[in-house]
Amino acid sequence: MSTTVETTPTIEAPRGGATGRKAAKVELKGQDLAERKFARKLIAPGLVVAILITQIPFLATIYYSFQDWNLARPEERSFAGFDNYVAVITNGAFLPSVWATIRIVGGSMILSLLLGLLLAVLLDRNFKGRALARTLLITPFLVMPAAAALIWKYSLLEVNTGMINWGLGLIGIDPIAWNTDYPAITIVFTLTWQYTPFMMLILLAGLQSQSGEVLEAADVDGASNLQTFRYMTLPHLRTYAELAILLGTVFMIQVFDPVNIMTKGAGNTKTIAYLLYERAFIGQQIGEAAAYGVITVIVTIAIATAALRTMFKIFTEEAR
Amino acid sequence: MSTTVASRPQTTQPARQERSTSRFTRRKVTGYLTTLVTWILVFLFFFPMLWMVVTSFKTEGQAASFPPEFIFTPTLDRYAAVFERGMGLYLLNSLFVAVLSTVVVMALAIPAAYALSVRPIGRWQDGLFFFISTKFLPVAASIIPVFLLLRSVNLLDNLWSLGLLYLGINLPLAVWMMRSFFAEVPRAVVEAAQIDGASYGRELWRVALPMVAPGAAAAALICFIFAWNEYFLANLLTAVVARTTPPFLGSFVDGRGQFLAILSAASTIAVLPVIAAGWLAQKRLVRGLAMGAVK
Repeated sequence: MSTTVETTPTIEAPRGGATGRKAAKVELKGQDLAERKFARKLIAPGLVVAILITQIPFLATIYYSFQDWNLARPEERSFAGFDNYVAVITNGAFLPSVWATIRIVGGSMILSLLLGLLLAVLLDRNFKGRALARTLLITPFLVMPAAAALIWKYSLLEVNTGMINWGLGLIGIDPIAWNTDYPAITIVFTLTWQYTPFMMLILLAGLQSQSGEVLEAADVDGASNLQTFRYMTLPHLRTYAELAILLGTVFMIQVFDPVNIMTKGAGNTKTIAYLLYERAFIGQQIGEAAAYGVITVIVTIAIATAALRTMFKIFTEEAR
Repeated sequence: MSTTVASRPQTTQPARQERSTSRFTRRKVTGYLTTLVTWILVFLFFFPMLWMVVTSFKTEGQAASFPPEFIFTPTLDRYAAVFERGMGLYLLNSLFVAVLSTVVVMALAIPAAYALSVRPIGRWQDGLFFFISTKFLPVAASIIPVFLLLRSVNLLDNLWSLGLLYLGINLPLAVWMMRSFFAEVPRAVVEAAQIDGASYGRELWRVALPMVAPGAAAAALICFIFAWNEYFLANLLTAVVARTTPPFLGSFVDGRGQFLAILSAASTIAVLPVIAAGWLAQKRLVRGLAMGAVK
């Protein structure tokens, strides 16, 4: 972008918000030019750091994914073409890990979204101590994931002394060996517990952005609470739920902490992120692990693009 | 701690009262029941944390007893044991890395976010798009070359390199949060400062930033929380000297004997500061978590 004062180039001037498309073209005066120079100076450092830390290593990962390279035999490094990608698809570990990821992330997503919706609806009414209830409810999201995984595994889900089995015992259910028999479910429990507050907060924001007048009109027109919820609140919440699901997926798809701490990948819990870790840093297969990395990125970008589109939709609505 | 939740005015109530009394009482009973269900759910959700804190004041024997003991004489013995195992160093390491990365992140994010919101340059959305996209790039994309590079220059197990990597994690989040706060600064205020002859730098640091100070504090707090809680990179890149708290917690789990009480004590120390901070910032937390898309 080279702009000199003589030519007085034109730029789009979205004033103060997200009205970019409708912005009129305006003449650029000397002061505006100085302003733009200043703006670029403000952005540059952050941009450079972001590129250095995230983008350049990714390029290196792509390069490695075409190399035959095992850390145990560094001298035998050579160009491998698509061998690593072929190996990833044919070695029998990849597809199960995709399934494990889908089951764990999908299960936690559905559970935390439903619980989050329930809690958001319950919190969207006046009752004594509502602020305290909300405060207590957001706590799981703040808890260090490593601590959450350890406490769930050893304190709550332990077969002989765990509180969950104690609670089940009160209603006459025999102890269940969660950690050995249902490892995937233990991870889903932990993730659901941690992400429900996230879902709840976004959905609650959605509920509270609903116009009170419209709801009142529905009430006056004789709509029942259930009807109002089904035909007015749920459609209104759709965008917020989409956002919650997409952001949640993007964060959860990298799930590593509970897998490494609770199961080490045993019992159909070897997610893609854990598989990559195992191949690269235990198996020392750099080339193959890099190929997993590239595939993970492609999948994430597909989801993230959808997430970004939803977010910009909300921005444009907000700006109107 | 200000924890008020904005709510719609309940203007529908008086209209309802005019209807039959039985319906009114039924509504009231339903209301009480709903509140009761709400509190039961709140209790269940908070229980794991509550139980962790309770267990941390037990002896190992009490912690492992079944059925669980609800009444016991609390002891601080396990907390002392935690520090005997060297947790002090790991807490300091965590604090150092989290503070370092948060300060640098905010120093980079505030100007960038300001430029992206108050003074939008041409094609500003591209800039935003780029910043948020780096948040979506999984660690898997970069960890292998980063690990190999750090290993070759002997910077594994080093707090500075860990802090540098946390920049990459938190920068997009901070830019996005700050953008949404700056976007609320009235344009007129900035323009008035301009007319008064304030320089651009002064306009940012002296006029706009003070107006979003609470938001900036919340953004910094969230960056701190994410850095403090981070496990994957810390586990992989640190060993002894630069070990941080999250990977250290796992070391209490060993085959030898009972560890539940000491694990609970260590976890309580590790999570309490962050929970307290998060409670303070919760009003603005949701915006950060939704990366500025929700207010």
